Amino acid sequence: MASVPLDQGLLLAAILFALGLAGLLVRRNLLFMLMSLEVMLNATGIAFIVAGARWAAPDGQIMFILVLTFAATEVAVGLALILLMHRRNPTLDADASDRLRG
Amino acid sequence: MNATFEVSAAVAVLATVMMITRPSAVHALLYLTVSLLAAALVFFVLGAPFAAALEVIIYAGAIMVLFVFVVMMLNIGDAAAAQERAWLSPSAWIGPSALALLLGIELGALAATGGLARPAGVVVGAQAVGIALVGPYMLAVEVASFLLLAGLVAAFHLGRAVMRGD
Repeated sequence: MASVPLDQGLLLAAILFALGLAGLLVRRNLLFMLMSLEVMLNATGIAFIVAGARWAAPDGQIMFILVLTFAATEVAVGLALILLMHRRNPTLDADASDRLRG
Repeated sequence: MNATFEVSAAVAVLATVMMITRPSAVHALLYLTVSLLAAALVFFVLGAPFAAALEVIIYAGAIMVLFVFVVMMLNIGDAAAAQERAWLSPSAWIGPSALALLLGIELGALAATGGLARPAGVVVGAQAVGIALVGPYMLAVEVASFLLLAGLVAAFHLGRAVMRGD
């Protein structure tokens, strides 16, 4: 059976990563920025899986599991930070918190 | 098999474009979930069923539940009820549902042609991944556990500050 070519899979990963980066740069809502980060991490995972499938090796899936771990940790801490920030000044605008005050 | 990959990839890209252009966070979350499910189907077609299962369970399941939970927590107010009613309108869920239906049709077509038992390419199953994970990658697993512990402590600390109202 024909398998998926390497370049198609990597193209999908690149498009998703670029979309995530565009979302991160365009949106100013912290929730949307975190979601765009998720899209970028997921694109990285796709690239790892595609490369692992190309050489039929389990290493790609292991790197994907590590990316998954990182994404879960990042979301847990990021969402807690968003809740804390929303409690201090009730907005989700990233530009609103531009003063480095403790 | 290639058609399955291409349709899944198109659904993933389309759902992601819709996600970053939605004004409402809940609509964006719906599209993001569809995008992750499409990525899971891509993993399956690529011969990584274990990664596909993890993508559905952890990404589309656990992480999205966290997002939904926080979105709902941030929306406690007078306008919350009206907002909920607006979210239940067909225009909110018809797009993600159509894309998810497309993925379901793909899965059905795979099952009908026997593709579920034999995906394209070489399948690297959960057993091979597990053997490599606790073999040469033992140190990476330890580092991942450090990372998870750090995330747990940080989330607990920040969550305690939220509860205190600090």
